Amino acid sequence: MIYDALVAPFTDFEFMRRALAAVIGLAIGGAPIGVFLMLRRMSLVGDAMAHAILPGAAIGFLLSGLNLFAMTAGGLIAGFAVAILAGVVARNTELKEDASLATFYLASLALGVTIVSIKGTNIDLLHVLFGNILAMDDQTLLLVAINATITLAVLAVIYRPLVIECVDPLFLRTVSRAGAPAHLAFLALIVVNLVSGFQALGTLLAVGLMVLPASIARFWSRDITGMMMIAVVSAMLSGYAGLVLSFHSKVPSGPAIILVAAALYVVSVLFGSVGGMVRQLFPAPHLEA
Amino acid sequence: MDIAWPRRLGFAVIVTVLAALAPARAQGRIEVVTSFSILADFAKNVGGDRTDVTTLVGPNGDVHVFTPSPEDARKVAAAKLVVVNGLGLEGWLPRLVQASGGKATIVVATRGIPPRKPAVGQRPGRRDGEDAVDPHAWQSVPNAKIYVANIRDALISADPAGEAAYRTNTAAYLMKLDALDREIREAVAQIPLARRKVISTHNAFSYFEAAYGVAFIAPQGVSTDSEPSARDIAATITQIRAAKIPAIFLENLSDDRLIQRIAAETGARVGGTLYSDSLSDEKGDAPTYIDMVRHNIKALTSALTN
Repeated sequence: MIYDALVAPFTDFEFMRRALAAVIGLAIGGAPIGVFLMLRRMSLVGDAMAHAILPGAAIGFLLSGLNLFAMTAGGLIAGFAVAILAGVVARNTELKEDASLATFYLASLALGVTIVSIKGTNIDLLHVLFGNILAMDDQTLLLVAINATITLAVLAVIYRPLVIECVDPLFLRTVSRAGAPAHLAFLALIVVNLVSGFQALGTLLAVGLMVLPASIARFWSRDITGMMMIAVVSAMLSGYAGLVLSFHSKVPSGPAIILVAAALYVVSVLFGSVGGMVRQLFPAPHLEA
Repeated sequence: MDIAWPRRLGFAVIVTVLAALAPARAQGRIEVVTSFSILADFAKNVGGDRTDVTTLVGPNGDVHVFTPSPEDARKVAAAKLVVVNGLGLEGWLPRLVQASGGKATIVVATRGIPPRKPAVGQRPGRRDGEDAVDPHAWQSVPNAKIYVANIRDALISADPAGEAAYRTNTAAYLMKLDALDREIREAVAQIPLARRKVISTHNAFSYFEAAYGVAFIAPQGVSTDSEPSARDIAATITQIRAAKIPAIFLENLSDDRLIQRIAAETGARVGGTLYSDSLSDEKGDAPTYIDMVRHNIKALTSALTN
Protein backbone atom coordinates (compact mmCIF):
# COMPACT_ATOMS: atom_id res chain seq x y z
CA MET A 1 0.00 0.00 0.00
CA ILE A 2 2.59 2.53 1.08
CA TYR A 3 4.96 0.99 -1.41
CA ASP A 4 2.38 1.43 -4.17
CA ALA A 5 1.87 5.04 -3.28
CA LEU A 6 5.45 6.15 -2.69
CA VAL A 7 7.79 3.84 -4.58
CA ALA A 8 5.85 2.14 -7.37
CA PRO A 9 5.50 5.31 -9.52
CA PHE A 10 9.28 5.37 -9.82
CA THR A 11 9.80 1.66 -10.43
CA ASP A 12 7.01 1.48 -13.03
CA PHE A 13 7.78 4.56 -15.07
CA GLU A 14 11.13 5.67 -16.35
CA PHE A 15 9.99 9.25 -16.82
CA MET A 16 9.35 9.45 -13.07
CA ARG A 17 12.86 8.17 -12.29
CA ARG A 18 14.34 10.71 -14.67
CA ALA A 19 12.25 13.50 -13.16
CA LEU A 20 13.43 12.52 -9.69
CA ALA A 21 17.07 12.49 -10.81
CA ALA A 22 16.62 15.93 -12.35
CA VAL A 23 15.06 17.34 -9.19
CA ILE A 24 17.91 15.96 -7.09
CA GLY A 25 20.49 17.47 -9.43
CA LEU A 26 18.69 20.78 -9.36
CA ALA A 27 18.49 20.69 -5.57
CA ILE A 28 22.22 20.08 -5.20
CA GLY A 29 23.15 22.94 -7.51
CA GLY A 30 20.38 25.42 -6.92
CA ALA A 31 19.66 25.29 -3.20
CA PRO A 32 23.12 26.49 -1.99
CA ILE A 33 22.96 29.34 -4.47
CA GLY A 34 19.53 30.15 -3.12
CA VAL A 35 20.96 30.42 0.39
CA PHE A 36 23.50 33.02 -0.74
CA LEU A 37 20.83 34.84 -2.74
CA MET A 38 18.70 35.05 0.38
CA LEU A 39 21.57 36.21 2.58
CA ARG A 40 22.40 38.93 0.06
CA ARG A 41 18.73 39.92 -0.29
CA MET A 42 18.69 38.99 -3.94
CA SER A 43 15.95 36.36 -3.85
CA LEU A 44 14.01 38.01 -6.66
CA VAL A 45 16.96 37.96 -9.05
CA GLY A 46 15.77 34.69 -10.56
CA ASP A 47 12.57 36.14 -11.91
CA ALA A 48 14.38 39.15 -13.32
CA MET A 49 16.86 36.81 -15.02
CA ALA A 50 14.04 34.90 -16.72
CA HIS A 51 13.27 38.08 -18.64
CA ALA A 52 16.84 39.22 -19.09
CA ILE A 53 17.70 36.26 -21.30
CA LEU A 54 15.13 37.19 -23.96
CA PRO A 55 17.35 39.27 -26.30
CA GLY A 56 20.00 36.56 -26.35
CA ALA A 57 17.43 33.90 -27.14
CA ALA A 58 15.98 36.16 -29.83
CA ILE A 59 19.35 36.76 -31.47
CA GLY A 60 20.04 33.03 -31.36
CA PHE A 61 16.69 32.53 -33.05
CA LEU A 62 17.45 35.15 -35.71
CA LEU A 63 20.80 33.56 -36.53
CA SER A 64 19.81 29.92 -36.63
CA GLY A 65 16.07 29.53 -36.36
CA LEU A 66 14.41 27.43 -33.70
CA ASN A 67 17.64 25.85 -32.59
CA LEU A 68 17.62 25.04 -28.90
CA PHE A 69 21.38 25.16 -28.58
CA ALA A 70 21.78 28.53 -30.27
CA MET A 71 18.94 30.01 -28.29
CA THR A 72 20.28 28.69 -25.00
CA ALA A 73 23.76 29.96 -25.77
CA GLY A 74 22.32 33.36 -26.65
CA GLY A 75 20.30 33.37 -23.46
CA LEU A 76 23.39 32.53 -21.43
CA ILE A 77 25.34 35.38 -22.99
CA ALA A 78 22.52 37.87 -22.43
CA GLY A 79 22.08 36.67 -18.84
CA PHE A 80 25.84 37.01 -18.19
CA ALA A 81 25.90 40.48 -19.69
CA VAL A 82 23.01 41.69 -17.56
CA ALA A 83 24.26 40.08 -14.36
CA ILE A 84 27.83 41.26 -14.76
CA LEU A 85 26.95 44.79 -15.86
CA ALA A 86 24.54 45.08 -12.96
CA GLY A 87 27.18 43.71 -10.61
CA VAL A 88 29.85 46.11 -11.85
CA VAL A 89 27.53 49.10 -11.49
CA ALA A 90 26.42 48.01 -8.04
CA ARG A 91 29.98 47.60 -6.80
CA ASN A 92 31.35 50.83 -8.22
CA THR A 93 28.51 53.29 -7.77
CA GLU A 94 25.95 54.27 -5.19
CA LEU A 95 23.19 52.27 -6.91
CA LYS A 96 22.31 49.08 -5.06
CA GLU A 97 22.36 45.65 -6.67
CA ASP A 98 18.56 45.27 -6.87
CA ALA A 99 18.01 48.64 -8.57
CA SER A 100 20.81 48.21 -11.08
CA LEU A 101 19.67 44.68 -11.88
CA ALA A 102 16.10 45.87 -12.37
CA THR A 103 17.35 48.55 -14.75
CA PHE A 104 19.44 46.19 -16.80
CA TYR A 105 16.87 43.44 -16.97
CA LEU A 106 14.13 45.82 -18.09
CA ALA A 107 16.40 47.27 -20.76
CA SER A 108 17.28 43.75 -21.82
CA LEU A 109 13.64 42.70 -21.96
CA ALA A 110 12.78 45.76 -24.05
CA LEU A 111 15.63 44.98 -26.42
CA GLY A 112 14.44 41.39 -26.69
CA VAL A 113 10.87 42.41 -27.49
CA THR A 114 12.22 44.82 -30.12
CA ILE A 115 14.35 42.17 -31.78
CA VAL A 116 11.49 39.69 -31.81
CA SER A 117 9.11 42.22 -33.37
CA ILE A 118 11.63 43.27 -36.02
CA LYS A 119 11.68 39.67 -37.14
CA GLY A 120 7.91 39.86 -37.17
CA THR A 121 7.31 36.45 -35.66
CA ASN A 122 4.80 35.83 -32.95
CA ILE A 123 6.37 32.65 -31.64
CA ASP A 124 6.74 32.84 -27.91
CA LEU A 125 10.50 32.36 -27.83
CA LEU A 126 10.70 31.97 -24.08
CA HIS A 127 8.02 29.34 -24.18
CA VAL A 128 10.13 27.37 -26.65
CA LEU A 129 13.07 27.58 -24.29
CA PHE A 130 11.25 26.42 -21.22
CA GLY A 131 11.15 22.70 -20.62
CA ASN A 132 9.12 20.33 -18.52
CA ILE A 133 10.31 18.14 -15.65
CA LEU A 134 8.41 15.15 -17.05
CA ALA A 135 10.31 15.28 -20.34
CA MET A 136 13.89 14.58 -19.30
CA ASP A 137 15.95 13.20 -22.14
CA ASP A 138 19.56 12.10 -21.71
CA GLN A 139 20.91 15.40 -22.90
CA THR A 140 18.90 17.45 -20.44
CA LEU A 141 19.72 15.18 -17.52
CA LEU A 142 23.39 15.48 -18.39
CA LEU A 143 23.03 19.25 -18.48
CA VAL A 144 21.49 19.27 -15.00
CA ALA A 145 24.25 17.01 -13.65
CA ILE A 146 27.09 19.03 -15.20
CA ASN A 147 25.49 22.15 -13.89
CA ALA A 148 25.32 20.82 -10.32
CA THR A 149 28.94 19.69 -10.49
CA ILE A 150 30.26 23.02 -11.77
CA THR A 151 28.19 24.91 -9.23
CA LEU A 152 29.54 22.92 -6.30
CA ALA A 153 33.14 23.23 -7.52
CA VAL A 154 32.95 26.97 -8.07
CA LEU A 155 31.13 27.53 -4.81
CA ALA A 156 33.88 25.63 -3.00
CA VAL A 157 36.48 27.97 -4.51
CA ILE A 158 34.70 31.23 -3.79
CA TYR A 159 33.10 30.10 -0.55
CA ARG A 160 35.24 32.04 1.94
CA PRO A 161 35.12 35.49 0.31
CA LEU A 162 31.45 34.99 -0.46
CA VAL A 163 30.56 34.18 3.14
CA ILE A 164 32.65 37.00 4.57
CA GLU A 165 31.08 39.42 2.14
CA CYS A 166 27.63 38.34 3.24
CA VAL A 167 28.35 39.12 6.89
CA ASP A 168 30.94 41.90 6.76
CA PRO A 169 31.73 43.33 3.33
CA LEU A 170 33.83 46.18 4.77
CA PHE A 171 36.09 43.74 6.57
CA LEU A 172 36.58 41.76 3.36
CA ARG A 173 37.54 44.93 1.49
CA THR A 174 40.22 45.74 4.02
CA VAL A 175 41.84 42.31 4.05
CA SER A 176 41.42 41.02 0.49
CA ARG A 177 40.71 41.92 -3.09
CA ALA A 178 38.79 38.67 -3.69
CA GLY A 179 35.40 40.27 -3.06
CA ALA A 180 34.71 41.54 -6.58
CA PRO A 181 35.82 38.42 -8.49
CA ALA A 182 33.93 36.20 -6.07
CA HIS A 183 30.82 38.30 -6.48
CA LEU A 184 31.01 38.19 -10.27
CA ALA A 185 31.65 34.44 -10.25
CA PHE A 186 28.62 34.06 -8.05
CA LEU A 187 26.49 36.08 -10.46
CA ALA A 188 27.73 33.91 -13.31
CA LEU A 189 26.74 30.81 -11.34
CA ILE A 190 23.24 32.18 -10.89
CA VAL A 191 22.90 32.72 -14.62
CA VAL A 192 24.19 29.27 -15.54
CA ASN A 193 21.91 27.60 -13.04
CA LEU A 194 18.87 29.55 -14.10
CA VAL A 195 19.31 29.26 -17.84
CA SER A 196 20.01 25.54 -17.75
CA GLY A 197 17.20 25.19 -15.24
CA PHE A 198 14.77 27.05 -17.51
CA GLN A 199 15.74 24.92 -20.44
CA ALA A 200 15.37 21.72 -18.51
CA LEU A 201 12.52 22.42 -16.17
CA GLY A 202 10.75 25.71 -16.85
CA THR A 203 10.93 29.02 -15.02
CA LEU A 204 8.77 28.17 -12.07
CA LEU A 205 10.74 25.12 -11.06
CA ALA A 206 14.18 26.57 -11.73
CA VAL A 207 13.60 29.71 -9.69
CA GLY A 208 11.33 28.04 -7.13
CA LEU A 209 13.72 25.24 -6.18
CA MET A 210 16.45 27.83 -5.76
CA VAL A 211 14.62 30.33 -3.58
CA LEU A 212 12.07 28.45 -1.48
CA PRO A 213 14.39 25.88 0.14
CA ALA A 214 16.70 28.70 1.22
CA SER A 215 13.81 30.48 2.91
CA ILE A 216 12.87 27.22 4.62
CA ALA A 217 16.43 26.65 5.80
CA ARG A 218 16.59 30.11 7.37
CA PHE A 219 14.15 28.95 10.03
CA TRP A 220 16.12 25.88 11.06
CA SER A 221 19.75 26.87 11.21
CA ARG A 222 21.93 29.81 12.16
CA ASP A 223 25.11 28.95 10.31
CA ILE A 224 25.55 28.93 6.56
CA THR A 225 26.73 25.33 6.32
CA GLY A 226 23.66 24.13 8.21
CA MET A 227 21.42 26.30 6.06
CA MET A 228 22.88 24.90 2.86
CA MET A 229 22.45 21.31 4.04
CA ILE A 230 18.87 21.91 5.10
CA ALA A 231 18.11 23.79 1.89
CA VAL A 232 19.41 20.92 -0.26
CA VAL A 233 17.51 18.31 1.75
CA SER A 234 14.26 20.26 1.72
CA ALA A 235 14.60 20.89 -2.02
CA MET A 236 15.02 17.14 -2.61
CA LEU A 237 12.12 16.38 -0.29
CA SER A 238 9.87 18.88 -2.08
CA GLY A 239 10.89 17.44 -5.42
CA TYR A 240 10.12 13.88 -4.40
CA ALA A 241 6.87 14.69 -2.61
CA GLY A 242 5.77 16.99 -5.41
CA LEU A 243 6.31 14.29 -8.03
CA VAL A 244 4.36 11.77 -5.95
CA LEU A 245 1.58 14.34 -5.49
CA SER A 246 1.49 15.04 -9.20
CA PHE A 247 1.37 11.31 -9.87
CA HIS A 248 -1.63 10.72 -7.63
CA SER A 249 -3.53 13.91 -8.32
CA LYS A 250 -3.99 15.99 -11.43
CA VAL A 251 -1.69 18.80 -10.36
CA PRO A 252 0.99 19.55 -12.99
CA SER A 253 4.41 18.51 -11.71
CA GLY A 254 6.19 21.87 -11.61
CA PRO A 255 3.51 23.60 -9.55
CA ALA A 256 3.11 20.47 -7.37
CA ILE A 257 6.80 20.56 -6.39
CA ILE A 258 6.69 24.26 -5.62
CA LEU A 259 3.46 23.89 -3.64
CA VAL A 260 5.05 21.21 -1.46
CA ALA A 261 8.02 23.52 -0.89
CA ALA A 262 5.63 26.33 -0.01
CA ALA A 263 3.86 24.07 2.50
CA LEU A 264 7.22 23.23 4.07
CA TYR A 265 7.91 26.96 4.19
CA VAL A 266 4.66 27.65 6.08
CA VAL A 267 5.48 24.89 8.57
CA SER A 268 8.94 26.39 8.99
CA VAL A 269 7.63 29.91 9.52
CA LEU A 270 5.37 28.62 12.28
CA PHE A 271 7.49 26.00 13.98
CA GLY A 272 11.05 26.69 12.88
CA SER A 273 13.63 26.41 15.63
CA VAL A 274 15.30 29.68 14.58
CA GLY A 275 12.83 32.54 14.82
CA GLY A 276 9.71 30.50 14.06
CA MET A 277 6.54 32.27 15.17
CA VAL A 278 5.44 29.62 17.65
CA ARG A 279 8.92 29.57 19.18
CA GLN A 280 8.78 33.33 19.59
CA LEU A 281 5.41 33.15 21.35
CA PHE A 282 6.47 30.35 23.66
CA PRO A 283 10.21 30.77 24.13
CA ALA A 284 12.05 27.79 25.55
CA PRO A 285 13.24 28.42 29.12
CA HIS A 286 16.77 29.70 29.28
CA LEU A 287 19.32 27.46 30.83
CA GLU A 288 19.71 28.57 34.38
CA ALA A 289 23.01 28.67 36.05
CA MET B 1 -8.51 61.85 -33.48
CA ASP B 2 -6.24 63.50 -36.08
CA ILE B 3 -3.78 60.64 -35.72
CA ALA B 4 -6.32 58.09 -36.84
CA TRP B 5 -7.30 60.16 -39.86
CA PRO B 6 -4.56 59.23 -42.36
CA ARG B 7 -5.12 55.59 -41.60
CA ARG B 8 -8.81 55.85 -42.24
CA LEU B 9 -8.11 57.69 -45.43
CA GLY B 10 -5.77 54.90 -46.49
CA PHE B 11 -8.40 52.31 -45.71
CA ALA B 12 -10.98 54.21 -47.73
CA VAL B 13 -8.61 54.39 -50.68
CA ILE B 14 -7.91 50.67 -50.49
CA VAL B 15 -11.62 49.84 -50.35
CA THR B 16 -12.34 52.09 -53.32
CA VAL B 17 -9.56 50.57 -55.37
CA LEU B 18 -10.65 47.06 -54.50
CA ALA B 19 -14.24 47.86 -55.34
CA ALA B 20 -13.12 49.22 -58.68
CA LEU B 21 -10.99 46.18 -59.40
CA ALA B 22 -13.52 43.56 -58.40
CA PRO B 23 -15.93 43.80 -61.35
CA ALA B 24 -13.05 43.75 -63.81
CA ARG B 25 -11.81 40.51 -62.37
CA ALA B 26 -15.24 38.95 -62.36
CA GLN B 27 -15.90 39.65 -66.02
CA GLY B 28 -17.67 36.66 -67.49
CA ARG B 29 -16.65 34.35 -64.69
CA ILE B 30 -18.77 32.88 -61.93
CA GLU B 31 -17.65 34.25 -58.56
CA VAL B 32 -17.45 31.36 -56.10
CA VAL B 33 -16.54 31.91 -52.45
CA THR B 34 -15.69 28.93 -50.27
CA SER B 35 -15.33 28.89 -46.53
CA PHE B 36 -11.95 27.16 -46.37
CA SER B 37 -9.10 25.91 -48.50
CA ILE B 38 -10.17 22.29 -49.07
CA LEU B 39 -13.55 23.35 -50.47
CA ALA B 40 -11.75 25.87 -52.67
CA ASP B 41 -9.64 23.08 -54.12
CA PHE B 42 -12.78 21.05 -54.91
CA ALA B 43 -14.49 24.07 -56.47
CA LYS B 44 -11.46 24.89 -58.63
CA ASN B 45 -11.33 21.33 -59.92
CA VAL B 46 -15.01 21.38 -60.82
CA GLY B 47 -15.24 24.94 -62.09
CA GLY B 48 -12.05 25.02 -64.11
CA ASP B 49 -11.58 28.34 -65.90
CA ARG B 50 -15.27 29.24 -65.92
CA THR B 51 -15.15 30.17 -62.25
CA ASP B 52 -13.20 32.48 -60.00
CA VAL B 53 -12.75 30.73 -56.67
CA THR B 54 -11.72 32.58 -53.53
CA THR B 55 -11.58 31.22 -50.02
CA LEU B 56 -12.31 33.01 -46.78
CA VAL B 57 -10.02 30.93 -44.55
CA GLY B 58 -6.80 30.51 -46.45
CA PRO B 59 -4.18 27.75 -46.36
CA ASN B 60 -2.94 26.89 -42.86
CA GLY B 61 -5.80 28.90 -41.34
CA ASP B 62 -8.10 27.47 -38.71
CA VAL B 63 -11.71 27.54 -39.82
CA HIS B 64 -12.90 26.75 -36.27
CA VAL B 65 -11.75 30.05 -34.83
CA PHE B 66 -12.09 32.27 -37.89
CA THR B 67 -13.46 35.80 -37.53
CA PRO B 68 -14.58 37.39 -40.78
CA SER B 69 -13.28 40.82 -41.76
CA PRO B 70 -15.05 43.52 -43.81
CA GLU B 71 -13.02 42.36 -46.81
CA ASP B 72 -14.56 38.89 -46.42
CA ALA B 73 -18.03 40.42 -46.34
CA ARG B 74 -17.22 42.19 -49.60
CA LYS B 75 -16.13 38.91 -51.20
CA VAL B 76 -19.33 37.22 -50.08
CA ALA B 77 -21.48 40.10 -51.33
CA ALA B 78 -19.91 39.83 -54.77
CA ALA B 79 -20.25 36.06 -54.99
CA LYS B 80 -22.80 34.16 -56.98
CA LEU B 81 -22.21 30.95 -55.09
CA VAL B 82 -21.01 30.39 -51.52
CA VAL B 83 -19.79 26.86 -50.80
CA VAL B 84 -19.81 25.79 -47.16
CA ASN B 85 -19.04 22.52 -45.45
CA GLY B 86 -22.01 22.50 -43.11
CA LEU B 87 -22.26 20.04 -40.19
CA GLY B 88 -21.72 22.99 -37.87
CA LEU B 89 -18.25 23.90 -39.11
CA GLU B 90 -18.97 27.47 -40.20
CA GLY B 91 -21.44 28.85 -37.69
CA TRP B 92 -20.46 32.38 -38.67
CA LEU B 93 -21.18 32.11 -42.38
CA PRO B 94 -24.97 32.43 -42.65
CA ARG B 95 -24.75 35.64 -40.62
CA LEU B 96 -21.96 36.90 -42.84
CA VAL B 97 -23.97 36.27 -46.00
CA GLN B 98 -26.94 38.05 -44.50
CA ALA B 99 -24.90 40.98 -43.23
CA SER B 100 -23.09 41.43 -46.53
CA GLY B 101 -26.40 41.93 -48.32
CA GLY B 102 -25.36 39.52 -51.06
CA LYS B 103 -27.69 37.35 -53.08
CA ALA B 104 -25.40 34.34 -53.22
CA THR B 105 -26.81 30.84 -53.17
CA ILE B 106 -25.37 28.84 -50.28
CA VAL B 107 -24.29 25.32 -51.17
CA VAL B 108 -23.85 22.85 -48.35
CA ALA B 109 -21.20 20.51 -49.70
CA THR B 110 -21.86 17.74 -47.17
CA ARG B 111 -25.52 17.33 -48.18
CA GLY B 112 -26.27 13.62 -48.36
CA ILE B 113 -23.39 12.53 -46.10
CA PRO B 114 -24.52 10.75 -42.95
CA PRO B 115 -22.95 12.66 -40.02
CA ARG B 116 -20.72 10.90 -37.51
CA LYS B 117 -19.75 11.58 -33.94
CA PRO B 118 -16.15 12.71 -33.33
CA ALA B 119 -13.76 9.79 -33.02
CA VAL B 120 -11.72 11.48 -30.35
CA GLY B 121 -13.15 13.39 -27.39
CA GLN B 122 -14.14 17.01 -27.26
CA ARG B 123 -11.82 19.56 -28.69
CA PRO B 124 -10.50 21.53 -25.73
CA GLY B 125 -12.07 24.87 -25.03
CA ARG B 126 -15.19 24.33 -27.08
CA ARG B 127 -18.73 24.11 -25.87
CA ASP B 128 -20.74 20.92 -25.69
CA GLY B 129 -23.09 20.32 -28.56
CA GLU B 130 -20.87 22.15 -30.99
CA ASP B 131 -18.92 18.96 -31.40
CA ALA B 132 -21.85 16.58 -31.30
CA VAL B 133 -21.17 16.02 -35.01
CA ASP B 134 -17.74 15.69 -36.54
CA PRO B 135 -17.67 18.16 -39.44
CA HIS B 136 -14.46 16.79 -40.99
CA ALA B 137 -16.35 14.60 -43.48
CA TRP B 138 -13.81 15.27 -46.25
CA GLN B 139 -11.29 12.99 -44.55
CA SER B 140 -12.91 10.04 -46.31
CA VAL B 141 -12.49 10.06 -50.09
CA PRO B 142 -15.96 8.59 -50.84
CA ASN B 143 -17.34 11.59 -48.98
CA ALA B 144 -15.11 13.92 -50.97
CA LYS B 145 -16.81 12.57 -54.09
CA ILE B 146 -20.18 13.61 -52.65
CA TYR B 147 -18.75 17.09 -51.96
CA VAL B 148 -17.61 17.35 -55.56
CA ALA B 149 -20.96 16.15 -56.93
CA ASN B 150 -22.82 18.70 -54.78
CA ILE B 151 -20.57 21.51 -55.97
CA ARG B 152 -21.03 20.39 -59.59
CA ASP B 153 -24.83 20.42 -59.32
CA ALA B 154 -24.80 23.84 -57.70
CA LEU B 155 -22.53 25.27 -60.39
CA ILE B 156 -24.73 23.85 -63.12
CA SER B 157 -27.86 25.47 -61.71
CA ALA B 158 -25.99 28.76 -61.22
CA ASP B 159 -24.45 28.72 -64.71
CA PRO B 160 -26.44 26.37 -67.02
CA ALA B 161 -24.33 27.43 -70.00
CA GLY B 162 -21.30 25.71 -68.51
CA GLU B 163 -22.98 22.39 -67.82
CA ALA B 164 -20.93 20.38 -70.30
CA ALA B 165 -17.63 21.81 -69.01
CA TYR B 166 -18.56 21.19 -65.38
CA ARG B 167 -19.56 17.61 -66.10
CA THR B 168 -16.30 16.89 -67.95
CA ASN B 169 -14.18 18.49 -65.22
CA THR B 170 -16.03 16.62 -62.50
CA ALA B 171 -15.78 13.28 -64.24
CA ALA B 172 -12.02 13.70 -64.62
CA TYR B 173 -11.60 14.75 -60.98
CA LEU B 174 -13.79 11.90 -59.70
CA MET B 175 -11.54 9.47 -61.56
CA LYS B 176 -8.56 10.87 -59.69
CA LEU B 177 -10.42 10.58 -56.40
CA ASP B 178 -11.27 6.95 -57.16
CA ALA B 179 -7.61 6.25 -57.79
CA LEU B 180 -6.76 8.03 -54.53
CA ASP B 181 -9.30 5.90 -52.67
CA ARG B 182 -7.73 2.72 -54.06
CA GLU B 183 -4.30 4.03 -53.12
CA ILE B 184 -5.37 4.50 -49.50
CA ARG B 185 -6.96 1.06 -49.29
CA GLU B 186 -3.84 -0.57 -50.69
CA ALA B 187 -1.65 1.34 -48.26
CA VAL B 188 -3.80 0.37 -45.29
CA ALA B 189 -3.82 -3.26 -46.46
CA GLN B 190 -0.02 -3.22 -46.10
CA ILE B 191 -0.38 -2.54 -42.37
CA PRO B 192 -0.92 -5.67 -40.24
CA LEU B 193 -4.45 -5.74 -38.83
CA ALA B 194 -3.33 -5.51 -35.20
CA ARG B 195 -1.28 -2.40 -35.90
CA ARG B 196 -4.04 -0.34 -37.48
CA LYS B 197 -4.42 2.07 -34.57
CA VAL B 198 -2.79 5.26 -33.42
CA ILE B 199 -3.14 7.33 -30.29
CA SER B 200 -4.02 10.86 -31.19
CA THR B 201 -5.54 14.04 -29.92
CA HIS B 202 -6.82 14.84 -33.40
CA ASN B 203 -10.61 14.76 -33.41
CA ALA B 204 -10.90 15.09 -37.16
CA PHE B 205 -10.58 11.52 -38.32
CA SER B 206 -13.82 9.71 -37.49
CA TYR B 207 -14.81 9.55 -41.19
CA PHE B 208 -11.34 8.33 -42.08
CA GLU B 209 -11.59 5.70 -39.37
CA ALA B 210 -14.98 4.52 -40.62
CA ALA B 211 -13.89 4.35 -44.24
CA TYR B 212 -10.46 2.78 -43.91
CA GLY B 213 -10.37 1.01 -40.55
CA VAL B 214 -7.46 2.80 -38.87
CA ALA B 215 -8.53 3.51 -35.30
CA PHE B 216 -7.82 6.91 -33.73
CA ILE B 217 -7.73 6.40 -29.98
CA ALA B 218 -7.87 9.35 -27.60
CA PRO B 219 -5.16 9.46 -24.94
CA GLN B 220 -6.41 9.35 -21.37
CA GLY B 221 -5.52 12.48 -19.49
CA VAL B 222 -3.60 14.39 -22.12
CA SER B 223 -6.37 16.26 -23.85
CA THR B 224 -5.57 19.92 -23.59
CA ASP B 225 -2.46 21.95 -24.13
CA SER B 226 -2.26 22.91 -20.48
CA GLU B 227 0.67 21.51 -18.55
CA PRO B 228 0.17 17.77 -18.00
CA SER B 229 0.54 16.18 -14.57
CA ALA B 230 2.66 13.12 -13.92
CA ARG B 231 -0.59 11.19 -13.60
CA ASP B 232 -1.69 12.20 -17.11
CA ILE B 233 1.58 11.05 -18.62
CA ALA B 234 1.51 7.79 -16.64
CA ALA B 235 -2.08 7.10 -17.75
CA THR B 236 -1.19 7.67 -21.39
CA ILE B 237 1.86 5.41 -21.14
CA THR B 238 -0.11 2.65 -19.43
CA GLN B 239 -2.81 2.90 -22.08
CA ILE B 240 -0.37 2.71 -24.99
CA ARG B 241 1.35 -0.29 -23.43
CA ALA B 242 -1.91 -2.10 -22.64
CA ALA B 243 -3.49 -1.58 -26.05
CA LYS B 244 -0.14 -2.11 -27.83
CA ILE B 245 -0.66 1.04 -29.89
CA PRO B 246 2.22 1.30 -32.35
CA ALA B 247 2.22 5.03 -33.12
CA ILE B 248 1.47 8.36 -31.47
CA PHE B 249 0.25 11.52 -33.12
CA LEU B 250 0.12 13.96 -30.24
CA GLU B 251 0.69 17.33 -31.77
CA ASN B 252 -0.90 19.53 -29.21
CA LEU B 253 1.49 18.55 -26.46
CA SER B 254 3.55 21.68 -26.28
CA ASP B 255 6.84 20.03 -25.46
CA ASP B 256 8.34 17.85 -28.14
CA ARG B 257 10.61 16.22 -25.57
CA LEU B 258 7.56 15.00 -23.68
CA ILE B 259 6.32 13.17 -26.77
CA GLN B 260 9.78 11.66 -27.27
CA ARG B 261 9.74 10.54 -23.63
CA ILE B 262 6.36 8.81 -24.03
CA ALA B 263 7.59 7.16 -27.21
CA ALA B 264 10.81 5.96 -25.58
CA GLU B 265 8.91 4.48 -22.68
CA THR B 266 6.27 2.67 -24.74
CA GLY B 267 8.22 1.67 -27.82
CA ALA B 268 5.62 3.49 -29.93
CA ARG B 269 6.74 5.46 -32.96
CA VAL B 270 6.22 9.21 -33.17
CA GLY B 271 4.18 10.04 -36.24
CA GLY B 272 4.55 13.13 -38.37
CA THR B 273 2.09 15.91 -39.04
CA LEU B 274 -1.45 15.06 -40.04
CA TYR B 275 -3.37 17.73 -41.95
CA SER B 276 -6.96 17.88 -40.85
CA ASP B 277 -8.59 21.28 -41.28
CA SER B 278 -6.78 23.05 -44.04
CA LEU B 279 -4.37 22.69 -46.90
CA SER B 280 -0.83 24.04 -46.74
CA ASP B 281 0.37 26.83 -49.01
CA GLU B 282 1.87 26.14 -52.43
CA LYS B 283 5.28 25.18 -51.08
CA GLY B 284 3.97 22.99 -48.26
CA ASP B 285 3.29 19.27 -48.06
CA ALA B 286 -0.38 19.54 -48.92
CA PRO B 287 -1.22 22.25 -51.47
CA THR B 288 -4.21 20.30 -52.82
CA TYR B 289 -6.73 17.89 -51.36
CA ILE B 290 -5.17 14.90 -53.10
CA ASP B 291 -1.72 15.88 -51.86
CA MET B 292 -3.10 16.30 -48.36
CA VAL B 293 -4.63 12.82 -48.27
CA ARG B 294 -1.44 11.32 -49.73
CA HIS B 295 0.63 13.11 -47.11
CA ASN B 296 -1.57 11.85 -44.25
CA ILE B 297 -1.60 8.27 -45.49
CA LYS B 298 2.17 8.35 -45.88
CA ALA B 299 2.58 9.66 -42.33
CA LEU B 300 0.29 6.92 -41.05
CA THR B 301 1.82 4.03 -42.97
CA SER B 302 5.40 4.99 -42.22
CA ALA B 303 4.53 5.07 -38.52
CA LEU B 304 2.48 1.87 -38.53
CA THR B 305 4.25 -0.59 -40.83
CA ASN B 306 6.94 -2.74 -39.29
